[in-house]
Order: sequence, then C-alpha cells, then structure tokens
Amino acid sequence: MKKMMILLLPVYAIIGLIVFNACKNAGDPANSRTAPAGLTLPAGFNAVAIAEHLGSARHLVVTPENDIYVHLANAKGGKGIIVLHVDGDKATVKTSFASFGGTGIAIKNGYLYASNDREVYRFKLNDKNEVTNPDQPEKIVTGLVSRRMHEPKALCLDNDSNIYVNIGAYSNICSDYDKDKKGCPVLDSAAGIWQFKADKPNQTYGDGIRYASGLRNVVGLAWNQEDNQLFVMQHGRDALHDLFPNLYTTRQSADLPAECMFALKKGDNAGWPYVYYDWMQQKNMLGPEYGGDGKKTADPKFINPVAAYPGHFAPDGLLFYTGNQFPEKYKNGAFIAFHGSWNRAPEPQAGYCVVFQPFKNGMPDGKWEVFADGFAGGAAKTSPGGAEHRPCGLAQGPDGSLYVTDDQKGSIYKITYSK
Amino acid sequence: MKIKRTVLLISSALLFFNCSFAQDKPVKKTTSHTATPTTSVARGKIVYTSICLACHMADGAGVPTMNPPLIKTSYVLGDKATLIKIVLNGFKEDVEINGQKYSNNMTPHSDLKDQEIADVLTYVRKSFGNKASSITVADVKKIRAANVVTK
Repeated sequence: MKKMMILLLPVYAIIGLIVFNACKNAGDPANSRTAPAGLTLPAGFNAVAIAEHLGSARHLVVTPENDIYVHLANAKGGKGIIVLHVDGDKATVKTSFASFGGTGIAIKNGYLYASNDREVYRFKLNDKNEVTNPDQPEKIVTGLVSRRMHEPKALCLDNDSNIYVNIGAYSNICSDYDKDKKGCPVLDSAAGIWQFKADKPNQTYGDGIRYASGLRNVVGLAWNQEDNQLFVMQHGRDALHDLFPNLYTTRQSADLPAECMFALKKGDNAGWPYVYYDWMQQKNMLGPEYGGDGKKTADPKFINPVAAYPGHFAPDGLLFYTGNQFPEKYKNGAFIAFHGSWNRAPEPQAGYCVVFQPFKNGMPDGKWEVFADGFAGGAAKTSPGGAEHRPCGLAQGPDGSLYVTDDQKGSIYKITYSK
Repeated sequence: MKIKRTVLLISSALLFFNCSFAQDKPVKKTTSHTATPTTSVARGKIVYTSICLACHMADGAGVPTMNPPLIKTSYVLGDKATLIKIVLNGFKEDVEINGQKYSNNMTPHSDLKDQEIADVLTYVRKSFGNKASSITVADVKKIRAANVVTK
C-alpha cells in the first residue's frame, strides 16, 4: 500500500497542480479577459458589480421586471430579503422585508418562497412580481432539523406544485451518532432532500416525503426543465486524512472526495455517510468509517453522480442556463457557484469561482470549465477568511444575463455577453 | 477585543476545534521527528501542523462561521486552565467572536501527551501575533488530574 502510494505520488502531484490552477485561470489566458469588477471571464463576457455591501447575500431570483430578491444569511436591520431594481449596469435598493435570514429563495406560480434554517415561507406576488403583503407570509413547512451544521434549507420547485428542501446532515460523517455502525440515525430527519406541497400550510416531516437520501449537504439545487428532473450539488465529506492518516495523505484528503452533481429520482440514495465518490478513480468508494481503505468500492445500490468536481470546492449555487444572450454552447448547460474550500489545508485552498458544465439532452456532456474567476482577489487571499468575495447564489435575468451573489462582502455581479 | 460568550459552561479558551470530526476514537498522529526541537514553541509548531492546522489554518485565522480564530482572542490569551480543558475535552458549543459566530465541534485531544499539549498551547499563545506566557507540563498535568470529563 505504502509502495503504491509512493509510486502514485507524481500522479497526485500533477493532479494537484491541475486542481490548484483550476480556479485561477478562466481557460486560455489569450482568450479571456478581466472585467472591471475584477473577475476573469471568457472573451466577449463582461462582469459588473451592480451592488455591494448588502450583507451575507446568499441565493437570489430575478423577476421579468428586472427586480432582484436576494436572501441574506443573517437579517440586516431585522430584514432578511433585499429587493433591488436593475437598470443596465446599476442596481438600486427598493426595499427590504422578511423577519428572517436564510439561504433558500425561489419564485413559482405567483409566490416568492424563502426559507430560514427551520421553516419555509411564501409571499404572494402581484402581477408585477412584487410582494403584496411582506409582513404576513404563509408558513409552508415548519419544524425542520437545524443543529449547528449545514443548517441552510436551500430549495427549489418543480412544475407540479412540489417544493424540494435540502435538510443537511448535522455531522461530517455521522461518527458521533453511529458508533456501533448499525446505521446512521441522522438520515431519519436530515441528509437528504424532502419533498413538500408548495401550497399547503404548516407541513412538517410527516406531511413530506424523503425524496432522496444519503446526501450530506446540498446548497445548490435546481429543477432541470429539459428532462423535468431535480439536480443537486452535494458538499462531500471532510477530513479523510485527519481521521485516517494511514489511508489518505494530506494531498489525497485535499482532492477527495469529489463534490458531486446528482440527477435525482424519487427514492434515490447517494450513500452518505457510507460512501464517497473518488473523481480520480471515477468510482463510488466504501467510506473508511465503514471498512473502506481507499480501494474498496461501494455497494452499487448507491447512485453514482452524473458529474464530479475536485474536493471541498463547496458548490453553493446551481443554475440551468436557458437564456438566449450567451453563445449557443451555454444553452441548457449548468453554471455552478463554488463558494471555495477550507478543508484542503495544508494544501492551498481552491474553488472561489463559477464553473460551467456543458449539458446535452439534459445530462452533463463533456468537461467542466472555469467560467468566472478572481472572486478571492488573488492566490494569497484564496482562503475562507482572506477571500475578498465568495460566490454563492446564481440567477438568470429576463435578458439572459447571469447574476452571481457574494456572501463575503455582499456584492451582486451581473455577467453579460456581447460579440 | 470584544468577546461575547454564548455559553457559560465552557467560557474561555477556544483552541483546536477539530471541526466537526468529533469521533469516538481520536486518531493519534505521529509527531515524532528525527531531531526533536529544543524549544517548546518549535515542538508546538510540529503538533499544531499535524493536529490543528487543518481547521484553524496555518495563520491561526480559522474559518468564518465554522472554526474560530486563534488570533488575539481572550480564549487563547486568557485563563490557562480553561484553554487546557478545551484541548482535553473538546468543544461543542457555539461561540461568538467579534460578531462572527463559530459552530463546528472540536474533538477531544486527551490522547496528546502533557508535553505535547504544553508545547502546542505555548506555540499558539506566542504565534499569530499573540504574546502570552508559556504553558508548562506542570500546568497540563495539574488540569488533567483534576479534569472531569463530561459527556
């Protein structure tokens, strides 16, 4: 084993270099440009910071009228949702409302849905997509688990009046809760996506369906309209080396496990905490807590991801691009906002970028590429505390512009394309 | 530096959050080197790199919302006994430092030797801009002897 690892060291070093550089350059430097906002983008794209210092700006939506609803993780002045109006390269704050901070926000069928760490609310919208009664939202879901870790209840809706809510695991890998390895009890009320009715008040666990299980934590999720299916981005487990120094080097622990994109069907189990995905071997592996050694593969009953990304990049936003502004290759593909890593030390931190994943016929097709980079403000600042900006939420404007939030400094970027 | 306590029970010393990887049996990592440095700070740096760095970072800055910083906080600079107890017992409460909340659990590190704990705490108290007194093996021994582990 040890010999094997030594033999593989150069391979890991090369992979490491690739990963390290992954979010430093947006493709070919000769074919990319640095926009006024400091972001590096492919040729023809421009990025402008249309708002700054909003607070911990998480997910957002943009209405056909060019209004933005952005949800703050922590309510500012008692208001958790800020409303802005976009006019070209500028955005003006119109108002703010909602007594709760949080991450999840979505618009569907005349309602604005928003979550805090335990509940989901909805606000009625008028025909201009303005909230009509900001102080009296309807409580749709209540009583969800929130225990000091992976608390945000990110959400999205389908076309059949259902809402999908992430309930993240309140544990890295369940060790504290499954000491006898009899089955992880965290899975009973968390580590999955729950489905609720979008229009029924005061639902809780008994009213919902555990739509998919074995997902450690999901922040970026979206409904794919092309194949009418839920896609989610999982935050993979931490600390393979810290917990199993004899099985994983610090280098392997930085690159593994993959951050995974799953295309979910009802009843799917993605395998947390029992398995993790190795993007280098391209296999679902048995977790070391449950007898794995870095080589044993997982029970095939657990689903495989449809795409995989380097470890600890922290995917916080997922958007399927359906606009007409960007070049054809982006149509129906996925943008992923990677918040950026912390669990890669002593290796350099990475992520802190927006990635584009090409799609064909509703499934990933081809290698992902860095789309927007430079959020952190340079290699020396690429760390959770040092980064100037960290990408989080994604939204598409009515004209096909792409919006990206930053929850570090509270910026909103508008990314546009012109030939 | 303004520090607001959110928990009374374990009031100071916020060291070595081993993030949320608290597990039943903390893994003992080897910190032995062929030539052991002679100073406590130098030895402490080796322990820090092996055990603490993954969460608290090389510069002691920690990770926002998760793992608290070790830079000039009263947890690090203050009462030695509570600081030592956090290493021995771990930490599972939310804390707020300069308006930022931190909530990851830290696993106990009672498997470390008295000398290792003294060294690593001395290193932390004299690094990252911190200028506090050393922690001795005798300090650790005394606290460990009186330590009642609450589960």
